[in-house]
Amino acid sequence: MNLARRILVGVPYLWLLVLFLVPFGIVLKISLSDIALAIPPYTPTLDLSEGWAAVGEYFAALDLENYVFLTTDDLYWKAYLSSLKIATLSTVLTLLVGFPIAYGMARAPAEWRPALLMMVILPFWTSFLIRVYAWMGILSTEGILNQFLLWIGVINEPLIILNTNIAVYIGIVYTYLPFMILPIYSTLEKMDESLLEAAEDLGCSRTQAFWFVTAPLSRPGVIAGCFLVFIPALGEFVIPSLLGGSRTLMIGKVLWEEFFNNRDWPVASAVAVILLLILIIPIVLFQRNQENQREAGR
Amino acid sequence: MAASGSAAVIAPWEDAAEVPLIRIENVTKRFGEFTAIDNVSLNIYRQEFFALLGPSGCGKTTLMRMLGGFETPSEGLITIDGQDMGDVAPNKRAVNMMFQSYALFPHLSVWENIAFGLRRDGQPADKVSARVEEMLKLVQLEQFARRKPHQISGGQRQRVALARSLAKAPKLLLLDEPLGALDKKLRQETQFELMDIQEKTGTTFVIVTHDQEEAMTVASRVAVMDHGQLIQVATPEVIYEQPKSVYVADFIGDVNLIKGSVRSVGDGAEVSWAEGRAPLLGQSASGLAAGTGATFAIRPEKIAISDTEPQDRRNKVQGKILDIGYLGNLSTYHVELPEGPVIKCEVGNRNRLERRDFTWEDEVWLSWSDTAGLILPD
Repeated sequence: MNLARRILVGVPYLWLLVLFLVPFGIVLKISLSDIALAIPPYTPTLDLSEGWAAVGEYFAALDLENYVFLTTDDLYWKAYLSSLKIATLSTVLTLLVGFPIAYGMARAPAEWRPALLMMVILPFWTSFLIRVYAWMGILSTEGILNQFLLWIGVINEPLIILNTNIAVYIGIVYTYLPFMILPIYSTLEKMDESLLEAAEDLGCSRTQAFWFVTAPLSRPGVIAGCFLVFIPALGEFVIPSLLGGSRTLMIGKVLWEEFFNNRDWPVASAVAVILLLILIIPIVLFQRNQENQREAGR
Repeated sequence: MAASGSAAVIAPWEDAAEVPLIRIENVTKRFGEFTAIDNVSLNIYRQEFFALLGPSGCGKTTLMRMLGGFETPSEGLITIDGQDMGDVAPNKRAVNMMFQSYALFPHLSVWENIAFGLRRDGQPADKVSARVEEMLKLVQLEQFARRKPHQISGGQRQRVALARSLAKAPKLLLLDEPLGALDKKLRQETQFELMDIQEKTGTTFVIVTHDQEEAMTVASRVAVMDHGQLIQVATPEVIYEQPKSVYVADFIGDVNLIKGSVRSVGDGAEVSWAEGRAPLLGQSASGLAAGTGATFAIRPEKIAISDTEPQDRRNKVQGKILDIGYLGNLSTYHVELPEGPVIKCEVGNRNRLERRDFTWEDEVWLSWSDTAGLILPD
């Protein structure tokens, strides 16, 4: 391998090393430390001026205490489970909303598709936070939705949506919808329409043709979309803290509170490390799906 | 295959008592302003291998898709086996189609692709599997049954598509440019395989193609189409030897066309084509009247070339060799006449090339028999 290629391959690895592996190492180290009233708020910290003995002492002071603590307080495992539940359910909901949209886009006349694609991406032009705040305005008791429903007379009393799990689902589905639509759209768009005609020709009704041909062929896109929604939704903290209520339990929110309200960096770091370990499973599965798709696409 | 005169040859279109499998009656198909099929009537008989031939955009694919049920006629009637097909969806027709792109399901193996239609019919598993094995044997793909479509070659995919469309034993099989994606050698082999399979299964085949050689090779009858109309429907021999129009003569094979005007009609009709030249003799198409403009059509292989004036022929012209195309088995001489037209003449290379009699710039005589040429209306 010549130098130019080494550099070319080396740059992304260096990027990963500096921006992922090193920070992860720091978080892992903090998770093994103890809380302290200091800056930074944990101990031990490494002081190289004291020589080798200090390094030994430093490593001796690290322990798994915080991980043990996570198992004693049921808040944490409940938060993990609740996050898994919310992430799973919102992934399913996003799929239910996103698939028909992607299908409609892929079936639209070719000259419309760029515009439709643009409309899916357009929300990204506005800050994510502003869009979540906008949902607060829509969903609150005096919000646009309630006013509208009261005005047309569907309801007599305003619905309480904001600060409930329903608001969190709405927020997650809304925010991550493009990540579901785009991969599904790209698999559906690639699909040869004569396959559906062939299916009909061989005796399928339209519905059967969808289930026997379209559905299996869009599977890689559906899987990719589900992971792209599930993975960030699992660690989501902005949406539950802004739209969710005090009873909405999500691990991202717990993590945030440990860091900023309790200033307990070691426990917060332990929570983060566990979250990362949980996420490794879907990420590996996602990678495998992408690879299979690439192989089949040859 | 057909019309060679013996009694064993199937020519149901000549038998008035024969009931056609497909009747197309005054069918018109419009897409918005565009008329794809313009008042077409056509009968296709059982066990025929029928070819729809024409340039792209002539409506041949639309006509086929109407037989498959993927398009409905704007006007007119299509019946298959006596049944009006007007509102019958593709999945309710005893018609199967082999798609140009093959349309093999990429997520299913060869075996599952062939079984697809049988399973939709709710046939029992052992029957399905017996039929699939039979089809695999027919197209000689037994050892590829477990492969996915992307793991086999283009020629093999073509055969899977054929097997899949034949699996349900349709009354009618539609083939949309079935050999278009294959290279020339494979295409020629496959043409004979197709004919073989058609004979074995006894299925009626309708093939759409723009390749006249393919249509001539496989078909019992050919319909030449242009601008949504049938120009001529006949056996390959008739299409080639007795084209009804300049369009057909020009579309099928190579032809020399000489413009002129009719001097007399009937057997030994004459066309005068240049001042001070003897008229050309040939067979005239029906409906020609003396004095009208016409085109004299003569196939290159029917022209003889010589260095001296042939005494026994009335059709003869003199010219200069402009170009020689060497094709191995044949040589094509382009001979320029003093009046302007360039006449192509094809001569089989019986002798080795170094013994060729003529070369560039030679003055030569071209001649042909009184019946070799055709006089066609303009």
